[in-house]
Amino acid sequence: MDWGPLWLTLQLAGVTVVVLLLVGTPLAWWLAFTRSRLRTLVEAIVALPIVLPPTVLGFYLLVALGPHGLIGGPWKDLTGSALSFTFTGLVIASTFYSLPFVVQPLHGAFETVGKKPLEAAWSLGASKLDAFFTVASPMAIRGYLSAVVLGFAHTLGEFGVVLMVGGNIPGVTKVLSIAIYDHVEVLEYTQAHVLSAVLLIVSFLILAIVYTVNRRLPVHVS
Amino acid sequence: MSRLDARFSIDYPGFRFDVACSVPLDGTIAVFGASGSGKTTLLRCIAGLTRVPSGFLQFDRTVWQDDARGIFLPVERRRVGVVFQEARLFPHFTVTQNLKYGMKRCHRSRRRIGFDHVIQLLELEPLLQRRVSYLSGGEQQRVAIGRALLTSPQLLLMDEPLASLDQQRKKEIVPFIQKLNRELNIPVLYVSHDLHEILQLANHMVLIKEGRVAATGPIQEVFARLDLPGLVESNMVGAILETRIAEHEPEFGLTRVEFFGRSLFLPQQALPPGAPLRVQILSRDVSLVAGAPPETSSMLNTLEATIVEVSESPSDQYAVEVKLDVGCPLLAMITRKSFQRLGLRPGQKVHAHFKAVALN
Repeated sequence: MDWGPLWLTLQLAGVTVVVLLLVGTPLAWWLAFTRSRLRTLVEAIVALPIVLPPTVLGFYLLVALGPHGLIGGPWKDLTGSALSFTFTGLVIASTFYSLPFVVQPLHGAFETVGKKPLEAAWSLGASKLDAFFTVASPMAIRGYLSAVVLGFAHTLGEFGVVLMVGGNIPGVTKVLSIAIYDHVEVLEYTQAHVLSAVLLIVSFLILAIVYTVNRRLPVHVS
Repeated sequence: MSRLDARFSIDYPGFRFDVACSVPLDGTIAVFGASGSGKTTLLRCIAGLTRVPSGFLQFDRTVWQDDARGIFLPVERRRVGVVFQEARLFPHFTVTQNLKYGMKRCHRSRRRIGFDHVIQLLELEPLLQRRVSYLSGGEQQRVAIGRALLTSPQLLLMDEPLASLDQQRKKEIVPFIQKLNRELNIPVLYVSHDLHEILQLANHMVLIKEGRVAATGPIQEVFARLDLPGLVESNMVGAILETRIAEHEPEFGLTRVEFFGRSLFLPQQALPPGAPLRVQILSRDVSLVAGAPPETSSMLNTLEATIVEVSESPSDQYAVEVKLDVGCPLLAMITRKSFQRLGLRPGQKVHAHFKAVALN
């Protein structure tokens, strides 16, 4: 039994969630508080991966990450290697793919917190960043939990985008869902069963733990 | 006397906000106006929470905003305490953590107000370990006031802090706000649409109407003016006297207070002799007697007065307002018929009978 794909999948999901929190938090914050007309446009773009077939998203990402692509080109000039069919490329692709699952819960949570507690914090001498970390973030804790879990779980189950962008390189881009597909292709049903069960159980456990924890977290309504 | 100078103007759809005022930074300054008149906007501009594109704001010698010179001090650096209509406590903190939030962010060298002092002043001791969600509305507002005070603010801004409370809770909080001034010596800007609150708390007043300043001045002067819409209809026009409790007469249920060496009687008060008490004499509660003082009147409060001025009553076409001098200004609203019968004219000496109301 080869457990490599499982570890790779967990690594990919973990790294992707960290990247998503770093990118998604300011984006969600902007969406929650901006009065710019661009807001609805950006909201629509963020939500696109929910409705697009993964192969379509994967195709555009493949082009963008390629050695002459929008992202891959500059990356190659900078580092000397291409992005497509690499782990880094997969992380970038997964970030786009799972973006709405992180941005949307955070956006909702920040909107629920609202400006009022922040104004109170500022008037008490807290800088904007200070108020964000000490007031807005703790009050939006449920949103963060949902964002992390949905982002992680959604990345775990990714298939189409990975296949397009990452291919099937053992130890580099061969994640769990692809390994399962491979096993089925060659009629190795036992291995497919084991890996599928692992993914099923891990996903279930994560969701069960999160829903339990979430129920115990206080709801902060201002 | 240091002052706060403010000039703000902005055009909202269907509403022009154009306020210019200068108020002394001493005691409690009330900003009064109907809802939608722009008084909260003024407070938010002063706090730095709303930025109008062309504004000027100077606190004592420090310029907080001057758009002509591109100056705008952000709210967190103005060192103002803000108490909002809703308490806006942080729900993820305990009461103590809420109270200390601003204190920790105020540099040690600038802390003038101690934690224990605020706890004692606002009677917060029993609440300290509680979660915010278990507090009543009045308790929450007391914590919010304490939290703002612990930043040792240069100016305390209060935006209708009692508006969301019921009558009973209001009565609980008002004495605390009165104490703030006496004990901590922080100027307070108090926004309210409730004249009764303002009479209890303020010594200076800015009256805002439709986005403009309609009147500003010491509260005694503003409440004696007959040309201020919003005030006249309230039937609250009259004299405001700062008195001291002289003695109680429990057998009659009365308290005698003194001002400028004169005495007047009120229903018995719960304050000790020597305590200050603000008293209002509404113009409709004053009647006049021309000639010798009646020895046999049932009225307890009689003062010798000189007529200063007579004008139309803005609230009643069959009445006139008589401005009197009893050592301080006093207003009397009497019927046109009595006015003619008594033949009153400026300079004449009369006796004023009146009922006084304690403002506490």
